[in-house]
Amino acid sequence: MLEKALTGSRRYWGLIAFLSAIMLVGFIFYLRQLSYGLGITGMSRDVSWGLYIAQFTFLVGVAASAVMVVLPYYLHNYKAFGRIMILGEFLAVASVTMCLTFVIIDLGQPARAFNLLLYPTPTSILFWDMIVLNGYLLLNIVIGWTTLAAERNSVAPPAWVKPLIYISIPWAVSIHTVTAFIYAGLPGRSFWLTAIMAPRFLASAFASGPALLILFCLIIRRFTRFDPGREQIQALAKIVTYALIASIFFVLVEMFTVFYSKVPEDIHHFQYLFLGLEGKTSLVPWMWGFAILAVAALALLIHPSMRSNENVLAIACAAVFVSFWIEKGLGLVVTGFIPSPLGAVFEYSPTAPEVLITLGIWAMGFLILTVLYKVAISVKEEKTE
Amino acid sequence: MYNAGKILFGLIIFFCISTFPFWYNAVSGKAAVAPELKLITKEKQCIESTPYMRSNHMELLVLWRDSVVREGNRVYVNSAGKQYTMSLQNTCMSCHSNKSEFCDRCHTYLAVEPDCWNCHIEPKEKT
Amino acid sequence: MDSGRRRFLKIAGISALGLGIKPVVDALEANGQPEELRSPKALVGQRWAMVVDLRKACPDNCTECIDACHRVHNVPDFGNPKDEVKWIWNQPFGDAFPGQEHEYLEESLRDRPTIVLCNHCDNPPCVRVCPTKATYKREDDGIVMMDYHRCIGCRFCMAACPFGARSLNWRDPRPFIKELNREFPTRTKGVVEKCTFCEERLANGLIPACVEACKEKVLVFGDLKDPRSEVRELLGSHYTIRRRPELGTLPQVYYIV
Repeated sequence: MLEKALTGSRRYWGLIAFLSAIMLVGFIFYLRQLSYGLGITGMSRDVSWGLYIAQFTFLVGVAASAVMVVLPYYLHNYKAFGRIMILGEFLAVASVTMCLTFVIIDLGQPARAFNLLLYPTPTSILFWDMIVLNGYLLLNIVIGWTTLAAERNSVAPPAWVKPLIYISIPWAVSIHTVTAFIYAGLPGRSFWLTAIMAPRFLASAFASGPALLILFCLIIRRFTRFDPGREQIQALAKIVTYALIASIFFVLVEMFTVFYSKVPEDIHHFQYLFLGLEGKTSLVPWMWGFAILAVAALALLIHPSMRSNENVLAIACAAVFVSFWIEKGLGLVVTGFIPSPLGAVFEYSPTAPEVLITLGIWAMGFLILTVLYKVAISVKEEKTE
Repeated sequence: MYNAGKILFGLIIFFCISTFPFWYNAVSGKAAVAPELKLITKEKQCIESTPYMRSNHMELLVLWRDSVVREGNRVYVNSAGKQYTMSLQNTCMSCHSNKSEFCDRCHTYLAVEPDCWNCHIEPKEKT
Repeated sequence: MDSGRRRFLKIAGISALGLGIKPVVDALEANGQPEELRSPKALVGQRWAMVVDLRKACPDNCTECIDACHRVHNVPDFGNPKDEVKWIWNQPFGDAFPGQEHEYLEESLRDRPTIVLCNHCDNPPCVRVCPTKATYKREDDGIVMMDYHRCIGCRFCMAACPFGARSLNWRDPRPFIKELNREFPTRTKGVVEKCTFCEERLANGLIPACVEACKEKVLVFGDLKDPRSEVRELLGSHYTIRRRPELGTLPQVYYIV
């Protein structure tokens, strides 16, 4: 089926070329990072995780959203989702690949990455993260490819795929629970030391992932002969809406705990985010942007009449995606380090090489997605002819 | 067979290219000379016997590394019962202080690049 | 086919025997077994700890302990707080002990530079999170050790440490080391480092460099499990505080206030 990715319109090849170019630039700057060291980024002794780990954190959520398509279909017989299942699974593949890549390029000594396998350490959450992410990647590749091939040949998928699909449902929950545990188990970082970290990850995952999927569905309908279906998009939109409500609620309850109890250690992080601390305010506009976008998206999504208007829906989904990218991809990771354990407010801002490498990896993810979606859509187009 | 001529010709080209490393040096007279190591050590005997060191010094260093760093041992008793401090920088290189005429000769010849020297300080050589 | 299977088993058996000959011969041939031992000079302790006497004033701008440590261990000086690597340093009292500072704190304590370093916790979160055991707690003496060979530079330990005691080499440190100590290695870029209670000096019978360098005897080092050690005496006769004790990491650097 991969041969379907080798033929396409000029627009298709244009997209491939564009994404490859960005990837190439990112790769060249990664070589520079390898030779200079991680100091080429904006990370510092105080803020030792930055844009790369933040992207990984955000994308884990996007990856898990495949379960939002699989679960209703397999556990609740919502057959409509059968039409777009493969889109969710392939999105998971692209996202998890990006996650793993971000982790590798964030390592100070990537040549020693094999030590993770040579000296397995079950007490370390990073060890489990490696296992669940790679497992989820493998699951989605196998499930997606096999079910797509079966669909192409108009047969039922082989029986052994079913248990894999059922496993993938709790496994999806595990990938961002484990990722949340990376943060939520550290005694010294009060911003992260909250039990609601894993639920927050789930809620924002189920909002941002399906939102992206809706946008892709609309794009696919516009540019190909495959129509993912109005009913499917509307079902996803309801999921995004409820997940968005949950996410906003979780952020608000966090703020209540912090601002009502007035424990200085806890308050300082939130103050830094929304008001600035010691005059340092670089994240403040971003966080207010997140808040406004999230509330605006909710206003657009909450009424069925607006949600069913696909133009309004597209804007709302973009707003959801961007706002959670800000919250998880910028706000969460960096703020855990500010103030530092010794009370220092040392700000972080990514450098140009860091941004270019990050864009290169996003381009890689989109490239993988383009190729996989081309295969899936070509199969679906073939079936409907 | 079809296109026998082209196939045989292609096979010969492939064979020549794939065996290039084996015949080129011999034919062009640019064969790398076997490395000549210069020993300026005071001691006559290394940690273990010369044949053992030649084939196993990497394993010995790894053993020393883990024993010193992870187990806190500092003294090595060799198979003849003699004691040495386990240290690349301070023991090995104190005798083999001419790294470029000793260690590097074989390593360069074999395109081996041990990355020990990123951290372990090379002995100062009289240039 | 019976004859085929029998023949196979015969050949397999003989091969196994043949393969087994070499290890036996090797074992018989070895004339002595190499061993690795502790140095007889090594200082022995079951739970190393440090006491910092904050009642003693550090002389103005004195950095003897810091300089000694950083010199002996080839700690680089990058000259900027972003890339900074430090194993031991000074903080104002209120930063070292968040929550203990208040408006009416005695002046001498408020202005006092407080020495901070890795606390070699008994329940270290950094060890818990390291995915390769590049940092680990030595069970026989309590030191939280670093294996610079194994560290992959993931910086999970830096996130986990509640005391900010760890530093990554964001760049190659070699050009930034003022005076190389040729008896001790450097580290390389991409690897995390921190104080190791001078375990290499302890192994050779020497006390930590910072403790030795301090002329005012602000720093005292010893074995908590030895009831007659100086650290035990100090802990038994003075009130001491530790950094962020409520986190349960059981830090082993005690401060006399």
